[in-house]
Amino acid sequence: MSGEIGTERRDVVILGGGLVGMTLAIALAELGITSHVLDAADPEAQMAAGFDGRASAISTASWNLFTNIGIADRLEKFGCPIDAIAVSDQLKPGELHFRPQPGEGSLGRMFANRQLRIALFDAAKERPEIAFHPKSRIVARERDAFGVAAIREDGARFEGSLLVAAEGRRSPTREEAGLTVAKWDYRHRALICGLTHEKPHGNVAWEIFYPAGPFALLPMLDDDQGRHRTALVWTVAEKDADAWLKLGERAFVAEAQKRMGGVLGEIALDGARTSFPLGFHHAPTIVADRLALVGDAAHGIHPIAGQGLNLGLRDAAALAEVLGDGMRLGLEPGDAQLLKRYQDWRALDDFSVALATDGLTWIFGVPGKTASMVRRAGMSAIEKFAPLKTFFMDEARGVSGALPALLQD
Amino acid sequence: MTSATVTGETSSPTIRPEEAAHFGKLAAEWWDPRGSSAMLHKLNPVRLAFIRSAIDTHWGTDVTIRAPLTGRTAIDVGCGAGLLCEPLARMGAKVTGVDAAAENIAAARHHAAGMRLDIDYHAGELSSLPEDTFDLVTSMEVIEHVADKRAFVRELVSRLAPGGLMILSTPNRTAASKLLLVDGAEMIGQVPRGTHDWDDFIVPEELGELLNDAGMEMGAPKGIAFTAMKGLHLSDDLKLNYIVTATRR
Repeated sequence: MSGEIGTERRDVVILGGGLVGMTLAIALAELGITSHVLDAADPEAQMAAGFDGRASAISTASWNLFTNIGIADRLEKFGCPIDAIAVSDQLKPGELHFRPQPGEGSLGRMFANRQLRIALFDAAKERPEIAFHPKSRIVARERDAFGVAAIREDGARFEGSLLVAAEGRRSPTREEAGLTVAKWDYRHRALICGLTHEKPHGNVAWEIFYPAGPFALLPMLDDDQGRHRTALVWTVAEKDADAWLKLGERAFVAEAQKRMGGVLGEIALDGARTSFPLGFHHAPTIVADRLALVGDAAHGIHPIAGQGLNLGLRDAAALAEVLGDGMRLGLEPGDAQLLKRYQDWRALDDFSVALATDGLTWIFGVPGKTASMVRRAGMSAIEKFAPLKTFFMDEARGVSGALPALLQD
Repeated sequence: MTSATVTGETSSPTIRPEEAAHFGKLAAEWWDPRGSSAMLHKLNPVRLAFIRSAIDTHWGTDVTIRAPLTGRTAIDVGCGAGLLCEPLARMGAKVTGVDAAAENIAAARHHAAGMRLDIDYHAGELSSLPEDTFDLVTSMEVIEHVADKRAFVRELVSRLAPGGLMILSTPNRTAASKLLLVDGAEMIGQVPRGTHDWDDFIVPEELGELLNDAGMEMGAPKGIAFTAMKGLHLSDDLKLNYIVTATRR
């Protein structure tokens, strides 16, 4: 990874060096495709302990991607495998347990985002195909018949064949390109914090649904002092979020404890509390002339099913495969036919995941006793729906072939 | 393009500035994936997949590398604005493009310059080129427009270097191609009207015979078919359009 003010033309210019943008850069590098990666943030600060307490569920498919781009070895020791998922309606009896049979593969692993970021940055540093330019504020973007350029505030130009927007949900590049986004604001925020607790979590993730929103407990590895740890994602109404954040630690812990019963025994806060707004957004068109959107720039979903990052990683894998296939044929990365293949491949998959997750939130967001019964009936319905969902997802992939090769074993 | 001149052997005039602008516009039209050449743009990845696989099979190159044609020469006959020349150049070949229409060649030069590709373009007939031979000779969707097909094939063969590979594609002469390519596609504007004269189309057996008479052996033809689900794709269905390799016997 070179860090000088490079203005040499590269294949792809990636705006945003977050988890998805950096994964894409490494996946492209594996295929011999060069990139500029530009990010406004300072990586030193981002990788410091305590920068953000966020954690991500990495699906088996995403883990395959990390294996195929050579970063799984670095990450292995930081991941906490999820052996089962318990889904409960307000801790009432009749919770569902999803525990895969041996041989069915794992339900994924939990990682602190910080560890993912460190592994990706370290891997990117070793690749000459990646020119990473941190602390780079982009002031203008150009796309014409022959290529693209991103212009930094100091005037430096970064040129390539294809511009990729990996800037997150408020992607200015997407806005500038006039790609419209369907938005659904849940008027809810996710409170996020780490917990240490008395009982081991047994590698079980909990999704406990309350009318105010889901309450998720995601198992993390024990810390170096052997304390059991869990990441809490607690959905609260937008108007209450500030109050929850300002609430004294003892009161906050008591409220959290109330919502999770004795699942983990006595709990304590581990680190600061943060929050971010929840919303569903989806751009039906994720490509334009010499432009592709990936990750949250293209779509964001409610995190209750832990699919947000996985969806973004699937974008990265699909785009890398499409560009790799195309460049083998002598096509350039900005070729409209390649972008169309990426669009067709991703559109249906994104939307079905987004809709399924959104439906789940809606079912669990309705207050009252009747709704609660529907919810419990619904949970067995969800189980019955699973094969149907798989069928539709496979159909979506079938149109363009298969799951991106990078996501396969 | 600044002060380019057409250097083909046919005495094309020096290009004036307003003509340069005209060719720039023409290049933009040719290269617009939604423009009048939309069908060719859709066809391009499909025929390139065949070409890449033929290259790897013929020269035993690694299927994963980016530039399997490194160190080889290639010529595309009837190159239009360079839709095939540019990928061949990116695959590593030293590429020559030839087209009878000087306008196309000017547009091709304009585009290659913008893409920073070094491609040698000539306006005029193949016979007007210096007597070079090439490792790869391609001619896509051209032979159906040629009156004397036998002479054209002989001409192509004379340009093939020893151990070289030839690749040709053309519509088949079937009821399906008449309906879809000539009547259908032209009617709905996918292909400019008057592009095709069905009676001039050639079936694979006829092409095989022409190649055979010129000392060439034709490989198994592969179809370029269309379905609503898959779009254009390589297929064993030869009804619409087909693509073949040929090598010296």
